[in-house]
Amino acid sequence: MKLPHFDYQAPASLDEAVALLVAGDGGARPLAGGQSFVPIMAFRLAEPSMLVDLRKIPGLDQIEIGDEGVRIGAMVRWRDLLDDARLASALPLLPAAIDHVAHYQIRNRGTVGGSLAHADPAAEMPTIALTCDAVIDVIGSKGKRSIPAADLFTGPLMTSLDSDEIITSVLLPAWPASRRWGFQEFSRRRGDFALAGIAVFYDEDASGVVANAHIGAISVGDTPLRLSKAEAALNGRKIDEATLAEVAAVASGEVDPNGDIHASARYRKALVGTLLSRALSAAANRKA
Amino acid sequence: MKIELEVNGAAVSAEVTPRMTLADCLRHELHLTGTHVGCEHGVCGACTVIVNGDAVRGCLMLAVQAQGAKVTTVEGLSLEEGLTPLQQAFKHHHALQCGFCTPGMLTTLHALLTDEPEASEERIRDVISGNICRCTGYVPIIEAAMDARASYQQSRGDK
Repeated sequence: MKLPHFDYQAPASLDEAVALLVAGDGGARPLAGGQSFVPIMAFRLAEPSMLVDLRKIPGLDQIEIGDEGVRIGAMVRWRDLLDDARLASALPLLPAAIDHVAHYQIRNRGTVGGSLAHADPAAEMPTIALTCDAVIDVIGSKGKRSIPAADLFTGPLMTSLDSDEIITSVLLPAWPASRRWGFQEFSRRRGDFALAGIAVFYDEDASGVVANAHIGAISVGDTPLRLSKAEAALNGRKIDEATLAEVAAVASGEVDPNGDIHASARYRKALVGTLLSRALSAAANRKA
Repeated sequence: MKIELEVNGAAVSAEVTPRMTLADCLRHELHLTGTHVGCEHGVCGACTVIVNGDAVRGCLMLAVQAQGAKVTTVEGLSLEEGLTPLQQAFKHHHALQCGFCTPGMLTTLHALLTDEPEASEERIRDVISGNICRCTGYVPIIEAAMDARASYQQSRGDK
């Protein structure tokens, strides 16, 4: 339906934006691309008193690749990530996942910071941030702080951000060139919300023994999830049929998804195992 | 709030409330009713317009966010002398029946083929996956888009 009434400001600096959020006393919300927030206003899941549009604030739309990793500004759009050829080597898991984000038109407006703040467990970026041990930089009335992804997501569409805090960037740590990775997602129609998804990466020694396994799951919990039992089951093993079957079973048993009109809980559990098996297979078979 | 923008090549202004979407502004304030509003929450694609060269959902962008932008609607695609090659291809392949989705299909495909005149059938299918059509079964729309690519390749070559 039509949107609820709200006031609107588009400040030119982060300091002004924070001041507006403070003045809004919990009722004001930052607006990035609006591709999730406008729909939830249409559904009346949010009725802010004011939207503080971040579009005029300079410096939030940069993708910087350096020794510490890939730093992505909050207002970088999905389109910008997909157009950046450097990411295919700097952080290949990221474009592979972002390729599944929504549809063409949404990818032209939706932003990285907006998706992290929206904290939808069915979205790709929150799970990628969690899987990669990303750190989210924010600014608020008490100053700047850096929040590990594991501490950001507290519930469905809920984060540990204060109401006057704005995400400014996310840092995805540096990625060794030899790292192996896979991303698998299943949805009824490409670009729709995932029924389940898996992001995985690991490092291996010369004989192919896995270490540093990181496994994230999309759309099978109230928040993005790390599958720590499956990670433990994978570390120290070589990728073969027996490992794939065992780790998939552990992952499937580790999640406790809800069923809904799109898929039953049992189906989602089974998907987690299948998708992890496929993702690990792709990781192991990709030519280095 | 007063906004000033460029729509289909003409400078225009409109008096809008913050909650008004760009799609509603185009239809109700600027009387460009070619842009259709379907689901109003970013799922159906009927409201697609082109903002600064990018196809976007008109229902997920506020009119106030279009301050200073260059907007192209389906009205802006048409030529003085008649249909564009893309529109002609839609007609030829029966790529529309009720026509409700057609403005969004045309604007989406125009943006795509302007950027990527060599787009493959797979790419075209992927891009219009965000536009729902309940009449055609999509196949004639894909055929029309594939057919229209030649004119976009031609016009890119002319530049």
